[in-house]
Amino acid sequence: MAILKKSAVWIGYLAALLALPQFFDSVLAVSIFNQMAIAIVFGLSYNMLLGQGGMLSFGHAVYFGLGGFLAVHALLMIEVETVYFSIIWIPLVGGFIGLLAALFIGTFSTHKAGTVFAMISLGIGELLAASSLIFVSFFGGEAGVSGDRTFGPPFFGIEWFQNLEIYYLAVAWVFIATVFMYLFTQTPAGKMANAVRDNPERAEFIGYSARKVRYITFCAAGLFAGVAGGLFALNYEFITEENLNAATSGRVLLSAYIGGLGYFIGPIVGAVILTLMNSLLSNYSDLWMLYLGIMFLLTVMFLPRGFAGFIMMHQLAWVRGKIKSLLVPYLLTGIPSLLFLISVVGLIELSHTDEAELYYFGLSFNSTAAMDFILIAIVALGSLLSIRRSLPQLRAAWEAANEIPESVDEESTS
Amino acid sequence: MLDVFIFATLNGLVTGLLLFMLASGLTLIFSMMGVLNFAHASFYMLGAYFAYSVSLYFGYWTGLIFAPIIVGVLGALVERYGLRRVHQHGHVAELVFTFGLAFLIEEAVQFFWGADTKNYQSPDLLDFPLFTLFGQEFPAYRGFMIGISISIFIGLYYVLTKSRIGIIIQAALTHPHTVSNLGHNVPLIFMCVFGVGSALAGVAGVIAGPVLTTFPGMAVVLGSIVFVIVVIGGLGSLAGAFIASILIGLLQSYAIASDVGMPDLLNLLGLEFDRNHPLTDLWTLTLPQIAPILPFLLLVLVLIFRPTGLMGKREQ
Repeated sequence: MAILKKSAVWIGYLAALLALPQFFDSVLAVSIFNQMAIAIVFGLSYNMLLGQGGMLSFGHAVYFGLGGFLAVHALLMIEVETVYFSIIWIPLVGGFIGLLAALFIGTFSTHKAGTVFAMISLGIGELLAASSLIFVSFFGGEAGVSGDRTFGPPFFGIEWFQNLEIYYLAVAWVFIATVFMYLFTQTPAGKMANAVRDNPERAEFIGYSARKVRYITFCAAGLFAGVAGGLFALNYEFITEENLNAATSGRVLLSAYIGGLGYFIGPIVGAVILTLMNSLLSNYSDLWMLYLGIMFLLTVMFLPRGFAGFIMMHQLAWVRGKIKSLLVPYLLTGIPSLLFLISVVGLIELSHTDEAELYYFGLSFNSTAAMDFILIAIVALGSLLSIRRSLPQLRAAWEAANEIPESVDEESTS
Repeated sequence: MLDVFIFATLNGLVTGLLLFMLASGLTLIFSMMGVLNFAHASFYMLGAYFAYSVSLYFGYWTGLIFAPIIVGVLGALVERYGLRRVHQHGHVAELVFTFGLAFLIEEAVQFFWGADTKNYQSPDLLDFPLFTLFGQEFPAYRGFMIGISISIFIGLYYVLTKSRIGIIIQAALTHPHTVSNLGHNVPLIFMCVFGVGSALAGVAGVIAGPVLTTFPGMAVVLGSIVFVIVVIGGLGSLAGAFIASILIGLLQSYAIASDVGMPDLLNLLGLEFDRNHPLTDLWTLTLPQIAPILPFLLLVLVLIFRPTGLMGKREQ
């Protein structure tokens, strides 16, 4: 029974992944899902490093990119029949290379966590990104290298012409990778990684080498980053220097942080949010990166444990059955907050647009008329005042819902 | 040969001193917060952009004075309302905050000024060759850059070591609680140090903008190199930062000016390689080609063999 209960989450996860294309089957949707699958594996591997092992990396894209490059080269080798295997194993090639790179780099970068580790990861990231432009025959310079996934033996008659076929392959790999990464958190090594993150000195005192524990975590993270790189290579059939430089490393940090570090589900949430923003918001506004930056800073300042952490904050109130008392205060603050957000974005868009007329939420605004600016500004100001009024109520309701009773007796009588 | 060497040295000095202007603020802020400020180079970029905007209306010299002040105030505000809030969540959160800030500033610059390169010019007053050596001219503006940098360091050094404020700052960096008990407002001191550090980055931006071009990527170009310098010099050490800045400046300058490479080395060793060898890129590598990666190579080596940097204190 307990096993059934535990595996229910996993079956649900797999079912959700498999069912997605049934509901959204456009070409765009499938390509977004593919991006999401890649981002989930990459984000989870980053969380393994930072959330679980406490190693802040600014160069995690190195393992992703190297895995991806080798995967594309493997595709090229399949094409000229130097090697002969089905392309479903390509992510393993990526993972193997990611692991190899981590095995080597980890020997000197995992001595210390904290700033030293962060700086080494930054240095190696920059080193590799710069070298990739020099060693043109392997990295292909600015244009990158491209392959073709339709060669090699077909897999049960599937020849991988469609993105949808790749999606189902990606689902299989995402599921396997997620299960293994979850299992890793349950192993003694995974538990020790948490201990070393929180207090390396104590971990050393009970007989574990902090460095060795970090090294193991680092290698595992490198392996899964490489798997993600292999998936990338399969999906896009090309890879460039951009996929191993600092921008990619930064993006995975952003997505893991916004999702919620330290929670296993956090990077999955982050990957979904960021991919959706990346592919949907960018259709509507060329300022989406600006919004992403603002959102990221606000998350760091106000939700240090990310979206997953925000949801988990309500655990106590939920267990004690007081979640309902929060609903009305949340609505009272949430609706003006949403209004405030919409009007501020409206102001930004209106001042940025080149055209005279801007359609925003079904309304037409004139970007040359001062009146329209003032109108939106009034809405923003009004909602801000309303937030200020309702915020104390929310805080009081929150404290009431999470209040720890004085003693057990009192709670049983009340 | 000699002329190449002299000009490479002069250009290396200009770059090195410019880098030190950024590194000095960054290392001061590090010894204060214990965290590297990723957004430091972004303040440098803001300095260049503000100066450009001011110079459009009031000329270069007004920009030189006002842009750093604006950047300094902005930096102080970031410390007061952003970093101080994040501080309670620990060092990683602070580092990640500054990283996000750098990201946001780059986007904001593109929002306000656009993604194109700005035509930010050095003042006409300095548009003449300072001296001519071996038929090559050395522009006066570069001499001006050296002059400004050196005078700022002398000023900074004097304030930090000789004045009363400087002594309080130094004490607050190492013993914040004691200084606070003596009745000084330590959070205010930290805010001011952060502001002044940002303003220094702003000055660097103002004087570097016309030479290194003013565009939204200028923070990224210099940012990671300044990090490298601070780490190589030893975190928190001003003298180390100075040595490392000059070292990196000269190293890059010499590497770019040189024309040796792997082919010369192979000739020297009497070896020969096939053009179609898979490693052909390695055998044809030249020193100017790898100049951009030299600082990072140095960084990784220093971190492996001497993690405290050149002048860093021994770890506790």
